[in-house]
Amino acid sequence: MASKQFDIKTYAGFKGITLLCLVILYAPLIVVTVYSFNASQSLTNWEGVSLRWYADVFTGPESGKFKTAAKNSFIIAIIAATTATTIATLATTGMVRGGKFRFRTVSFGLISLPLMVPEIVLAVATLIFFNSIGFERGLLTILLAHIAFCIPFAYLPISARMQGIEDSYEQAALDLYATKRQAFTKILLPLMMPGIISGFLLAFIVSLDDFIITNFVKGAGVETLPTAIFGSVKQGIKPNIMAISTMLLSVSIVMVTISYFVSKSDNTK
Amino acid sequence: MSDKENIAIDVRDAVKRYGDFTALKTISLSIMDNEFFTLLGPSGCGKTTLLRMIAGFEAVTEGAIYLYGDEIENLPPNKRPVNTVFQNYALFPHMTILDNVAFGLEMRGKSKSEARKKAAEMLELVQLSQFSARKPSQLSGGQQQRVALARALAPQPKVLLLDEPLSALDLKLRKAMQLELKHLQRETGITFIFVTHDQEEALTMSDRIAVMSAGEMQQLGSPTDIYERPHNMFVADFIGETNLLEVSVDGITSGRATCHLGGGHELTCNAVEGVDVGSKVHMSIRPERLYMSDAPLETESLKGRVKENIFVGTDITTIVDLQDGPDFVVRTSNSDRGNKRIFEPGTEMFVNMELGAGRLLVD
Repeated sequence: MASKQFDIKTYAGFKGITLLCLVILYAPLIVVTVYSFNASQSLTNWEGVSLRWYADVFTGPESGKFKTAAKNSFIIAIIAATTATTIATLATTGMVRGGKFRFRTVSFGLISLPLMVPEIVLAVATLIFFNSIGFERGLLTILLAHIAFCIPFAYLPISARMQGIEDSYEQAALDLYATKRQAFTKILLPLMMPGIISGFLLAFIVSLDDFIITNFVKGAGVETLPTAIFGSVKQGIKPNIMAISTMLLSVSIVMVTISYFVSKSDNTK
Repeated sequence: MSDKENIAIDVRDAVKRYGDFTALKTISLSIMDNEFFTLLGPSGCGKTTLLRMIAGFEAVTEGAIYLYGDEIENLPPNKRPVNTVFQNYALFPHMTILDNVAFGLEMRGKSKSEARKKAAEMLELVQLSQFSARKPSQLSGGQQQRVALARALAPQPKVLLLDEPLSALDLKLRKAMQLELKHLQRETGITFIFVTHDQEEALTMSDRIAVMSAGEMQQLGSPTDIYERPHNMFVADFIGETNLLEVSVDGITSGRATCHLGGGHELTCNAVEGVDVGSKVHMSIRPERLYMSDAPLETESLKGRVKENIFVGTDITTIVDLQDGPDFVVRTSNSDRGNKRIFEPGTEMFVNMELGAGRLLVD
């Protein structure tokens, strides 16, 4: 506990700066959310509460496009997150439990490097890669790219979790006549589960929201939700975009909230 | 070997090296069937390494380990019929107490219901039946400790390995658990190998103790052997409290060694193999073997002056300044106050000991 004297809340300007940060972070989101319920055609004139634009998303002229895009997005997000989480789980098990091996530190770096590389560079690189091996762009290229860049996102919470699990649990399992496989499935995997779920949700969100890489590697005519929204916006922002954005935002919030609570639930205690 | 049947664990010339570092230097020892055997030593002495080698968590660099005549050092831990009680218990946090105890039985191929039935019996043995549906985190340290014991004993291992299992408990609980462990060992008839750095714990529970230091075995013997007849400086100093005096051996006649320490004081004690006339060695005298008087008694007597009396509950510790000699620590039990005298600080008096109280040490 920080003593009263050094409590950061008593510093001059603490409240002001905090408020400023919160406003900068959340004002745009709040504006979009509020105006998605606007009854008006206009983006800026408030004419009363209505679900008109939500209805428009599902039934309006663009609804077909958005539905296909949403379907693509969710299919890709689910498969990419599942695959990435599986790979990340195995990678974590190997790297955290594999003892000391020569390229351990390098491996840690390599796995998390994509988080540091500018996304546009990754996008260009992925595009060039697919072109050079003669891969036709389409849903599959999006999926492969998503799996690749989702791995580090899934890896982080899983490895954080794994590092908190003492290896004496597995030793106890082996000592009690479990095979290595049984020790993994009966002891390690259940203990890692909060990390795995959290990693899956994170990967899911990252995949669902990705625009840059998707835009580069998608084939002509194949859209995910973010690229569809972008395509729509290019023809002028309509309030239905705000409705979609708000829905996407709620999905993210729900996922992040679940992820937070799951990673907080500690079944080792 | 005729008593092969009676040897539970036979460690033969076992060596453990981590790269350039030798954690264990050529250890050989036989642990008998039904024995409460303790590996005792300070941290880093290699005792846990040896235990983990027997359990199968550490590979043996050189040498062999036999379990009732079968060579086991190359078997994985799940193929060795020994179980471990871990220092931090390592109870599976996501399982109930009952499932924890049943785990080993299930892994050994028992049906779920059979395993649970046996596990319930084990929990009864450690008096924790009422907690069987709880998770480990809902139990106190002492209870977790007993669950860990029940879990390790449930599959009826041939040898039970205990890695400092009492170190996380408070003093009172630790004392109670020491007795409980000892009883459990007698009741089950299973060989226990116990690792600890606590010499009192080792003396209380063990049939035999191996004192280890710096990867080597310093002495192997019964608690009495090790306490009364320490072999070297390390053992004398590590086990219990003692007065370590630098002496030179003047003469040895019919099993008695005459030694002198600084300031012209002279002491006689039993001769020890390996200590010859003229050698400068250390002598260990336990403080409780000394007593004070105002005139020299016919036994070994040294003149001194009381520096300080320290009351420590059951005993009074007196620090005595031997003129021109080393300081002596004398311990008088409070129950002995009728027969033995306590002197005020500053008083001149004599420190006496029986012949044989002093023990010459091989350095």
